[in-house]
Amino acid sequence: MNSLIRRAVDPRGAVVVLLAVILVAIVVLNPSFAEPGQLVRFIQRVAPIAIVAIGQYFVIVSGEFDLSMGALVTAQVVTSGYLIGQDPSKIAAVLTLMLILGVLVGVVNGLATTLLKVPSFIVTLGTMLIIHGAVMWWTGGAATGDPVDSFRQIGRGGIEDVPVLGQLPYGVLVLLVVIVAAIWLSRRPFGRTLVAIGDNAEAAAYAGTNVWRTKTLAFVISSLSATVAGVLLVGYAGVHPSVGQGYEFIAITAVVLGGVVLGGGRGTVFGALTGAFTLESLFTLLNFTAVPSTMRDAIQGVIIIAAVAYSGVVFAKRRSTTSTDDQNPGRAAADDENPTPGPTTTPTPTSARDSSPIHPSGDAVARD
Amino acid sequence: MKRLARLDTTAFVYIALVFVLIVSAILVATTGRSILSPGNIRDILTGMSVLGFVAIGQTLVILGASLDLSVPYVMSLASLIAAETMNGSSAMVLPAVLLTLGIAAAIGMANGLIVTVLGVHGFVATLGVGLILKGYLDTNYQGTAGSVPWSFQLFGATGIGPVPISTIVMLALAVLVAFILARTRFGHHLFAVGGNAEVARLSGVRERLPLIGAHIGSSVCAAIAGLLLASRLGVGSPTVGSQGSYDLLSIAAVVLGGTLLMGGRGSIWGTIGGVAIFAVLDNLMSVMQFNPFFKDVIRGLVIIIAVAVYARRRVVARRIRFAAGPAGPAVAVAAAPTGSDERSPR
Repeated sequence: MNSLIRRAVDPRGAVVVLLAVILVAIVVLNPSFAEPGQLVRFIQRVAPIAIVAIGQYFVIVSGEFDLSMGALVTAQVVTSGYLIGQDPSKIAAVLTLMLILGVLVGVVNGLATTLLKVPSFIVTLGTMLIIHGAVMWWTGGAATGDPVDSFRQIGRGGIEDVPVLGQLPYGVLVLLVVIVAAIWLSRRPFGRTLVAIGDNAEAAAYAGTNVWRTKTLAFVISSLSATVAGVLLVGYAGVHPSVGQGYEFIAITAVVLGGVVLGGGRGTVFGALTGAFTLESLFTLLNFTAVPSTMRDAIQGVIIIAAVAYSGVVFAKRRSTTSTDDQNPGRAAADDENPTPGPTTTPTPTSARDSSPIHPSGDAVARD
Repeated sequence: MKRLARLDTTAFVYIALVFVLIVSAILVATTGRSILSPGNIRDILTGMSVLGFVAIGQTLVILGASLDLSVPYVMSLASLIAAETMNGSSAMVLPAVLLTLGIAAAIGMANGLIVTVLGVHGFVATLGVGLILKGYLDTNYQGTAGSVPWSFQLFGATGIGPVPISTIVMLALAVLVAFILARTRFGHHLFAVGGNAEVARLSGVRERLPLIGAHIGSSVCAAIAGLLLASRLGVGSPTVGSQGSYDLLSIAAVVLGGTLLMGGRGSIWGTIGGVAIFAVLDNLMSVMQFNPFFKDVIRGLVIIIAVAVYARRRVVARRIRFAAGPAGPAVAVAAAPTGSDERSPR
């Protein structure tokens, strides 16, 4: 029982509790939401955001940012609309082209960040301007023309006549595949290395990690996830230059909400996923209440600050208790060498970067 | 070559600016016009002023190893508060300006407190505050509101010769902020905290105060930019800040000006140089009648390439710092530790 409470107080657990509370509130306001069909529809709606958040997770956990995601989503949506048109035979070719575009953007982001040593914030800000500008230039600023219906089915259609659910949307299946792949990747040496690099890139490099290759791969994953999200979004949102706008910030919000620390080194795929679901269910809840839709942003702002402040306070408290209560002398000695804030301070922005005595994979929880 | 490597980053920014100016002058000359005509100089300087104000504030925050993403919404809010308070009456100009700056300072204070006391990363804190402001603006304003009297519109419309008043005010602000950074305790502490908050704290610096001050400064600067926009438009507008995406452009200008995104190193004059590079480029692309969307492509390319050039240089400059005696801004060098702001050794 005690450990259950402890897990709920933990920032990663707290977001699950928050998600549960919001879902219950939605069901109370609108009981039909709990029907399996409705729930699956909800998951379908979350899918693009969740996929983008998972992609962003890989970049953020390695200590970088990807601001180019939103522009890339727009680019992919517009590309599919323009190039596929009403000709179903082009689907395979254009889809390949979109994947190549995604990989290319990721490689450029990654190499400019690692080899040219430009901060990723600036690199991806630059590629965001370039991609968005290029797409608008190409389409004259008013992209129209939906792709053929069989392509849009990926985003809006599904497998019919499934027992209980009614219809099982392809979007949900794509999300499932992405989740499984992401969790698998994050448990592979690649995923572990990424977290180590995010925690301390220098130490990881001394330990023999190929930092530039690993980080570049993370950027490629992020861009590919934006591509997948674009394919889903064109299905039910259609082609419009505003599709994908602001997705980079939504993705970062979701990831941070899920307990992934900006600056890298701490966080899980599951956290990013929960963050995305929490954010979208919050918006759904607001739709059912009398809150004006324009206040959505304000509430999102409050939630994200509160979530990060909460996890910061909890981690700071735990950090100070581990250094005083710990019986393991080796760990205690390691604490003394680390420039971690003392018990009286809360972490400042830079201390999010410094190495903490808590191992990123969360063995602090295991020891509880 | 060695001399070039030891060159101050700010000097390098101005070399880049001169290079951009020469290239622009040649390109503009091919269209049969002169980049140095009074009208063109006025255009460039006018283009500098708004982004200049925002970037000065953003420099403060970035020097302290934080960010300010809330600036566009502070600008919009400032334009609305000013225009509604003035409501066409000249007598209300001063109270309106004071009220606007006061509210902006309060927003900056909130940003600073969230970053320092609650320990929220500057990116998240200011993104959140920006979203809150956006929600407020979208809920309460459907379009432009208020009106600005003629006397206040002169702030954005007049100039001495080809130099607009707004640019002069912006440069005066830059002088003031540069003086604060170089000569006051606040400035030195800001560099120290930005370099490494923990080392600064252990050295007896209260690490929260400089950062709170920097955030207040950033919001106030953004509010001045909002006032300038209100004076140009004649009304307050809820989207005037976000339309120009001043948050990301100001960060780009600051980094273009040689300030480290991780904090602790940089200068106001570098930022002004970065803003000037943007302004010259924009002017060039307008004169050459580039597609407005293509401008974004060029801007993005310039940001990445320019910062890549600096980043290469900076690695060299830092090695010299360890070998030789104290050089450059002493406080920043003394306070910046070896580890925190370095990337992996390849």
